Amino acid sequence: MTTYFNEMYEKGRVRPHYRQLEDWTKAMPAELREMKQAEAEALFRRIGITFAVYGEGGDPDRLIPFDMFPRVFTAREWSRLERGIKQRARALNAFLCDVYGRGEIVRAGRIPARLVYRNAAYEKSVVGFTPPKGVYSHVVGVDLVRTGAEDFYVLEDNCRTPSGVSYMLENREIMMRMFPELFRENRIEPVDSYPEKLRRTLASVAPAKCSSDPTVVLLTPGHFNSAYYEHSFLADLMGVELVEGADLFVEGEFLYMRTTEGPKRVDVLYRRIDDAFIDPLCFRPDSLLGIPGLMDVYRAGGVTICSAPGAGVADDKAVYTFVPEMVRFYLGEEPLLNNVPTWQCGKEEDLKHVLANLSELVVKEVHGSGGYGMLVGPKSSKDQIAAFRARIEADPDNYIAQPTLALSTTPTFVNEGIAPRHVDLRPYCLVGERIELVPGGLTRVALTEGSLVVNSSQGGGVKDTWVLAE
Amino acid sequence: MILTVEHVTCYRYNRPARALVQSHRLTPSTCAGQRVLEWVVTVTDGIAGGAFRDGAGDWIQGWTVPGPVSEVTVAVRGRVETSDQAGVLRGHRELTAPDCYLRSTAVTRADPALAALAAKADGIEQPLDRAHRLADLVAEAILYEPGATEAHTTAAEALKLGRGVCQDHAHALIAAARVAGLPARYVSGYLFTDAESADQEAAHAWAEVWVRGLGWVGFDPANRCCPDERYIRLGSGLDAQDAAPIRGIARGPGVERLEVQVAVQAVQQ
Repeated sequence: MTTYFNEMYEKGRVRPHYRQLEDWTKAMPAELREMKQAEAEALFRRIGITFAVYGEGGDPDRLIPFDMFPRVFTAREWSRLERGIKQRARALNAFLCDVYGRGEIVRAGRIPARLVYRNAAYEKSVVGFTPPKGVYSHVVGVDLVRTGAEDFYVLEDNCRTPSGVSYMLENREIMMRMFPELFRENRIEPVDSYPEKLRRTLASVAPAKCSSDPTVVLLTPGHFNSAYYEHSFLADLMGVELVEGADLFVEGEFLYMRTTEGPKRVDVLYRRIDDAFIDPLCFRPDSLLGIPGLMDVYRAGGVTICSAPGAGVADDKAVYTFVPEMVRFYLGEEPLLNNVPTWQCGKEEDLKHVLANLSELVVKEVHGSGGYGMLVGPKSSKDQIAAFRARIEADPDNYIAQPTLALSTTPTFVNEGIAPRHVDLRPYCLVGERIELVPGGLTRVALTEGSLVVNSSQGGGVKDTWVLAE
Repeated sequence: MILTVEHVTCYRYNRPARALVQSHRLTPSTCAGQRVLEWVVTVTDGIAGGAFRDGAGDWIQGWTVPGPVSEVTVAVRGRVETSDQAGVLRGHRELTAPDCYLRSTAVTRADPALAALAAKADGIEQPLDRAHRLADLVAEAILYEPGATEAHTTAAEALKLGRGVCQDHAHALIAAARVAGLPARYVSGYLFTDAESADQEAAHAWAEVWVRGLGWVGFDPANRCCPDERYIRLGSGLDAQDAAPIRGIARGPGVERLEVQVAVQAVQQ
């Protein structure tokens, strides 16, 4: 039987940074807890934060369960994570600059050309163009799991438009409203500077052609999108316009937004919409979304697009395997955060190993997300495994496999009281002129007992994530 | 050889368009074998947008035409001095990795028939010989016949039909070469045929295949030859759409009518 690391305890004793929370829960009668839980839910509903995290689909009006038991990191734990995350964000951006430039890492034989140049996310149309400050991914969401006191692993990187940061902010807001005393008793690092830092990051990558104070806008696919709440929330907190494709147009060398006072030039486009839909002239001629001519303006340096088109090639699950190599190659450093050991089914030897050990492995589609299109070996029936085996054999290149990780748990409020539940973490690293990381992130928790799947579409919830000050 | 080009494209809308946006790949490539003496592109009422050289070495120029607009004419006029380079693309600066051109697109996807055609060249060791053989095979399999296919015809469809135009030949060769593991791409440009039939309804297109050690080599299966001094190269892409000399979108309720006239002539010396 696997034993799981419970982040609250060490050798059966409560770790110091959780002691105050232990007292807090002990002093809280069950009725009060239920009342508070109902209050939290009412608050979430009132705010309207009801979208599915990470674009997993599902019912957009469903509320994601919020667990009031915070997850806590010590200053020491965080500083280590912070260095590791920033290192990774630097390496990923260096990789993107390189593969759209001379491709040194491919020439050096450190990553197969096929994985880069034949990757569906590799954007041929931006080859030879370096975006301002050499940044492709301005918000890097690094998904982390923990298996021991000192053991953290990166599950995947999200270089395009990682969502969920509004949960980080709202979870904190709601905890502060409901339990102000916790924030007096504990020295918790604030996260509310995130929107301002995001705005500064975006403004810092304005194109050279922009002379005055850059105009930043947030481009959303619209209110039918499951993350629309987050888009409007962030635009509001940053104090920038929230726009849709039809609000923007290209004329001459620049991009403009229609306003009641006439056209206004846009310098930085923070888009929360996929590459395929930003410019029908360049990508999908059938798309009604997007702004015709945007890519020409972008490539000629008239506007900055965040994240840069083509950034997706760095967060592909097959490319993921090579991120530690990127850290060594570009930064000359040893990676501070570990990758989960990964087998690539496209490699013959790896495939053999994977097929022989399916019942113990987690197998994922290279481009899949949201916990779909994956096999969790230990939790699957013989039939499910056999069916998945056929899928892998039909298209091995499309799959990777990883060992089933013993994800850490944190105490979580459940019907019976408090019980350990498995968690992961997504911090949001900002990359512009500077690299910044707000101390915190989004903790997702698998609310079903024993479940390792934290995805909200499959019974996952969220928690406030604390980083304690020194 | 000195070639003159007159290439006029006229767009008409039965109801005025709100605005028009275009992206042009209409400037001759900077490479050995062609020297631009004069080259002017005009767009009626157009505002020139951003311009840049892309990763494949093509000069891209954006244009916008503010609406309402009922008619737009894109006129290309120029003179280019050319010489025969035996089909090899030399002196062309580009950054895009040849491996990018192993990717297939909807119109260049190989079906079993295209794969079978490619397999006929399997035994040939030298990539250059192999590419020549593939070009011959495509020329034999698809007879030149204008009107048999249309703009969206795929390589597989053209092969099945056994008839087509230069676009179909290029697509079929690209598909076959990629199956054979040779990066291949679509090239747009102009071809001087002969003085009698100077007026054409379309520009020309052919394919380039990447040959290790030699670089990109042009093949024109439609004319069973490699590009020579009669050819002017504009740009390249994964397929016809990706390499199109003019891409454009008009926003509006109207229906677009298109008229194209291309005249390529040799200057008497």
